[in-house]
Amino acid sequence: MRSPYAVPPVSLLLLLIISMFILGACASVDKTASTDPVLVEDTYGDGRMHGDRYPGVETTPLGRDGQLSPEALASALSDPASPLSRQVIYFDFDRDDVRAEFVDVIAAHGAFLARNSQLRLRLEGHTDERGTREYNLGLGERRAQSVRRMLMLQGASSSQIQVISYGEEMPAVQGSNEQAWQKNRRVELIYEGHLR
Amino acid sequence: MIQIRHILLLLLLGLPLTVQAALEIRITQGVEGAMPIAVVPFTWTGADQAPADLAAIIDANLHRSGRFAPVDRQAMPQRPAPDETPDAALWRDRGTNYVVIGRLQPDSGDRLNVQFQLFDVAGNRQLTGYTIPVERAHLRRAAHMISDIIYERLTGERGAFDTRVAYVSVTGPGEQRRFALQVADADGHNPRTIFRSPHPILSPAWSPDGQRIAYVSFENGRSEVFVQNVDGGERTRLAAFEGINSAPAWSPDGQRLALTLSRGGAPDVHIMNLADRTITQITRSRSIDTEAVWMPDGRSLIFTSDRAGQPQLYEVSVTGGQPRRLTFEGRYNGGASLSPDGRRLAMVHGADGRFRIALLDRQTRLFQVLTEGRADESPSFAPNGSMIIYATAEGGRGILAAVSADGRVHQRLVLQEGEVREPAWSPFRQ
Repeated sequence: MRSPYAVPPVSLLLLLIISMFILGACASVDKTASTDPVLVEDTYGDGRMHGDRYPGVETTPLGRDGQLSPEALASALSDPASPLSRQVIYFDFDRDDVRAEFVDVIAAHGAFLARNSQLRLRLEGHTDERGTREYNLGLGERRAQSVRRMLMLQGASSSQIQVISYGEEMPAVQGSNEQAWQKNRRVELIYEGHLR
Repeated sequence: MIQIRHILLLLLLGLPLTVQAALEIRITQGVEGAMPIAVVPFTWTGADQAPADLAAIIDANLHRSGRFAPVDRQAMPQRPAPDETPDAALWRDRGTNYVVIGRLQPDSGDRLNVQFQLFDVAGNRQLTGYTIPVERAHLRRAAHMISDIIYERLTGERGAFDTRVAYVSVTGPGEQRRFALQVADADGHNPRTIFRSPHPILSPAWSPDGQRIAYVSFENGRSEVFVQNVDGGERTRLAAFEGINSAPAWSPDGQRLALTLSRGGAPDVHIMNLADRTITQITRSRSIDTEAVWMPDGRSLIFTSDRAGQPQLYEVSVTGGQPRRLTFEGRYNGGASLSPDGRRLAMVHGADGRFRIALLDRQTRLFQVLTEGRADESPSFAPNGSMIIYATAEGGRGILAAVSADGRVHQRLVLQEGEVREPAWSPFRQ
């Protein structure tokens, strides 16, 4: 498990730590997936979701060739019990390293993408309003690239992920205070075909 | 003897004008020791009302520069007629050194003639005088040109009143936000929208001939660089590579454009040859390298990089090579604008949780913080180097402000509604 991307030396230790987190996360994600009512084949062929509501139905994660219907995708991404329901990663001021609390979330998305190769994800990097607009465009991209690298460590492929930076141009929250800034320093994970 | 020279002007060509809410200018801090000057209201020889108060426009310009203290017209001891010479003793007694008198005459159709004279009442002589033929729609511009002539005659520096400012305005709440790239006269009047979009617009940059503006638009869902004619509207997409396409800056000869491209990696400074669109990569680093501006000789670029951990300004040759760090003061220095002579560097300076505009004199190494805001950004030098326009926040919304390059005169330009940001002062008119 090694990033194909060159990383600055300072980040190596961090990556190592993150990788360790992710190794732990892999197991829990797989476990979640096996009982997750969302990630099942459409055994009944009726385009509807089946799972724990239908005892006895075999629940297996979708394979690489499987298709995830928009409903199944929506359901997978909105189950509050699943880390997949969290699709915004927040960052510290002028930082692009992922905070420990989001490592599991990103790992879950990475594994989800790896299992569902037909899925496409857009990573939108954002910053708070402080500093110059052009520098923030760079910073937003760097944040999105951090998330992208971690997704790929889980087996997501580069062709599934598109990175876009909006810098400080699309704040989630208006305001010039730390509360607003915290909400604006973020990467949004946006699945193609899924409106949040 | 009164000597009047004649000059022919482009004013007669006439350009369509869209009338919109003008920027209102408030001078927030003046300067002591400004030159007292009296601009006598111009005589109107036509019927009805005078079409414009040229003296008031000239007054406001001169006042705004911080170099002049215009005399209130109610306090003027006399109002000499256009063919009269001011009564020197009368003005000298009141401490006024210079007097401007003028006349506005109808010609044929929409054409008018503006005539003015500048007198040195202490020396009891005329310093200069012109007649300017002008279309009615361009009377304000005639006043700006007269202001430039007066400014240059009395300070020795070229005036920058007859120039323009490009900026981005933002109106509407939330999802209904609308962005517009606008160009207005340097005093905020006559704003025209040259591009409108529901998506963000950034970083307008004037071509050296003042004919085109390069800028960043998100209209296709990500940052791309466009170039557009200021007057015609012809528009071309110049850069739409994977990743970031931003921070355009024209070379002094107008043949090349510096820009930031990430092309899937880290943002680096590149140069595009505009004739054939070939691109040369200038910086190579894993850091954010962006916001390049050209030195006046076109041989090097100054840009922002966080290669040392925090954003600072660096200089690099256009042939590449190792960049040299220029700023060491404070944790954050970015968004550079160079004075026209290349000596002074204005920047966004972040320290103590505030972002303000600072100036570095590259010869003396003197570093001076010029503004007192919390979120001041996008400094842009006037083409004569006398003022710096920048974006700031007032009452939670973005406005434009300007500060004299010596930090002594401050003014604010307020749009009636919405926000204004990303100002870029035009070059001199050619």
